[in-house]
Amino acid sequence: MPHDTTLGTSVRGYKKMNVNLRQVIRSPLVLPLVGLIVVSVLMGFASENFFSVSNILNVLRQVSINGILAVGMTFVILTGGIDLSVGAVMAFSGTICAGLIVNMGMPGAVGLAGGLLVGLGLGVFNGVLVAWGRMPAIIVTLATMGIARGLGLIYSGGYPISGLPSWISWFGIGRIGNIPVPVILMFLIYGIAWVLLERTAFGRHVYSIGGNETAARLSGVKTQRIKLAIYTISGLTSALAAVILTGRLMSGQPNAGVGFELDAIAAVVMGGTSIAGGRGLIFGTLIGAVLLGILNNGLNLVGINPYLQDVIKGFIILLAIYIGRGERR
Amino acid sequence: MLEMNRIRKSFGKVEVLRGVDLEVRSGEVHALLGENGAGKSTLMKVLCGIISATDGTIRINGEERSFANYDEAIAAGVGIVFQEFSLIPYLSAVENMFLARELTNKLGLLDRKAMRKRAHEILQLLGVDLPMNVPITTLSIAEQQFVEIAKALSLDARILVLDEPTATLTPTEVEHLFNVLRELRRKGVAIVFISHHLEEIFQICDRITVLRDGEYINTCNVSDVDNDRLVEMMVGRRIEQSFPTKPDLPDDTELVLEVDELQLKRTDPISSFHLRKGEILGFSGLVGSGRTETALAMLGAHPHTNRSMKLNGKDVSFAEPADGLVAGIGLLPESRKEQGLITSFSIMRNISINNYGKYRKGRFFIDLTKELTCTVEAMERVGVKANGPDDRLDTLSGGNQQKVVVARWLNHDMKILIFDEPTRGIDVGAKAEIYFLMRKLTEMGCSIIMISSELPEIIGMSDRVCVFRGGGIVATVEGDDITSEKIMTYSTTGKLENAA
Repeated sequence: MPHDTTLGTSVRGYKKMNVNLRQVIRSPLVLPLVGLIVVSVLMGFASENFFSVSNILNVLRQVSINGILAVGMTFVILTGGIDLSVGAVMAFSGTICAGLIVNMGMPGAVGLAGGLLVGLGLGVFNGVLVAWGRMPAIIVTLATMGIARGLGLIYSGGYPISGLPSWISWFGIGRIGNIPVPVILMFLIYGIAWVLLERTAFGRHVYSIGGNETAARLSGVKTQRIKLAIYTISGLTSALAAVILTGRLMSGQPNAGVGFELDAIAAVVMGGTSIAGGRGLIFGTLIGAVLLGILNNGLNLVGINPYLQDVIKGFIILLAIYIGRGERR
Repeated sequence: MLEMNRIRKSFGKVEVLRGVDLEVRSGEVHALLGENGAGKSTLMKVLCGIISATDGTIRINGEERSFANYDEAIAAGVGIVFQEFSLIPYLSAVENMFLARELTNKLGLLDRKAMRKRAHEILQLLGVDLPMNVPITTLSIAEQQFVEIAKALSLDARILVLDEPTATLTPTEVEHLFNVLRELRRKGVAIVFISHHLEEIFQICDRITVLRDGEYINTCNVSDVDNDRLVEMMVGRRIEQSFPTKPDLPDDTELVLEVDELQLKRTDPISSFHLRKGEILGFSGLVGSGRTETALAMLGAHPHTNRSMKLNGKDVSFAEPADGLVAGIGLLPESRKEQGLITSFSIMRNISINNYGKYRKGRFFIDLTKELTCTVEAMERVGVKANGPDDRLDTLSGGNQQKVVVARWLNHDMKILIFDEPTRGIDVGAKAEIYFLMRKLTEMGCSIIMISSELPEIIGMSDRVCVFRGGGIVATVEGDDITSEKIMTYSTTGKLENAA
């Protein structure tokens, strides 16, 4: 066997980039995009002002809270984990935020910061237990869901905390130019998430943990720290969603966000992210969230029983996972 | 008993079996030989109905059969003991043997007494005595294998396939296994025996079928061939595995790594060794002797009770592999697919997984252009054969996958590399390339610890050899003392008294 194919003497001429049709088709964005287009066209037929600027902005505004929750969920699912606590963390965070301002008379900025800290703290709590406690994410975050929900109810006595200064509503219903603030915030968060995932080493490490955690760890990836970081991010996006929610409702709602984890997971898997981790794109999640929003909106317009909508959503998640399942051999 | 005729199998465009014949008689041990990738395992999977052949016929007792799945093959009397056991770890031997076809009494409850009795009968038939009611994990590897064989026999297997059964056994256990096989042969079972150890073939087998690159080469009696002739049939030409020449390291070569004390468990021997600049230190020993565990413990990836070591004369202690990486120690794990690579990712993503520090832009961001040029450069240096850096790892051969792992660490300018079974699952030609690559690395000032189960590799490559037994190093040999006899004696007895 000749040795001259190794080291030093080169095998020049690797193609630098071979983007071809097959690769484009295999991109995880294709199916979600097709879904989005199909559903949009159907909606366009059903309602003639669906494609109007004001309706599109309206749909995006409705999508924003779930869309932001789904950003954190994407990070978590990319590592092969799951975060069931997002809805409860959001509610708790919003309750504390309102409580600090209304009950304790703190300035609005302190209230907002307190709410964000709550989300961050619960994210760290999840992360530490999953990464260092080596406990399954699904159980840890299920427990956190119960804890956060319970603490929120205890703190507020079960009633919404209202009486917030009016400027808080800017986060929920304000506009910059013609564009709703929540939509701007959502796009901003997606932009940051994209940079983190696609342009930093941290992002690559997130993907590598989902692809093969053992290999990543033995190659020198600090897997525990990365896991801590992603659950913290998820806690933080839950708290950011809480800011919008609080602004929209003008109160801290301890009962808000029940079942929101389902919608966030739905957005992620409908966006083409593999539930086993390692594969997926953040903008897929955005498409998934918008798609889900249009479906919700459409089902309402057509007048389908809201309870039936949850059933339909459940089946859509199963369908999305079923389609995505073939990607892993 | 069993005739397989002109079996063909293609995966997509790749033809892995090109008209293979295999004929096994009742009451014989038939060896199936061939290099890695010759098609042995594929052929056996066809026999067991796990995959279906593209073309060809299977006859059992003269009757043409085709199996749509494994269950049908079992029903026809075919039993297979896989390389990786298919036992459930926390169930007992009896429960494993009757898994999915448990005997039940009239009430539909498990008839545990009947199962135990039947299991006992079968094990007695094999002449094996093992605890039947404890979890399988508490049994030795050999005992687990006997349970596998017993399981196949409890299904009335008349054709028994053993895929590399001796790979993880000690010599005594191998002898025991062979006695069991002889007993089965006497009872008229047709046995297909796959092994890479030629001396075992001569010990136990009656006839041999050789495959090469998916083609049928020959079937002959064991008594008609010798070692050299077999190797020639397997590789197609007489070749001797060539190793690059070892360098002359002066006595005062600087020490890069000194491990003064390393103990895995309180009862294990305390290992101590050192690694010099530019040398290849072999870690030899039987499977389970603690070679890999010691290397992992060094990097903080395996539990240990006691550890003190110096890197370049300074005391160090690693809590996780990431610390080792920073200090310049890289690990190329034993099983590339499970521990080394992310096979669903591209070559580029795999190479740069721990390298992002190298092409950082503005502190946090990845310089994509630089990542690409670095990847291509690293691929060229080790000679990865692929279309480009975007190819997925699972489209590459074993040898090329291993080169990707090497490229990853090369890209990182490591000082010490730990190769765990560097050539496992790699064909002869690619092996030579990997050996050559390792020597090139040491010439560049790298030091290598090479863990290997293949003695020729240990002898051909190592400047010094640490021999492991029972969880730690029992001896270190160098120079002319590196012989297979000495190493084998140390690994099996721990001392040299009985050496010839």
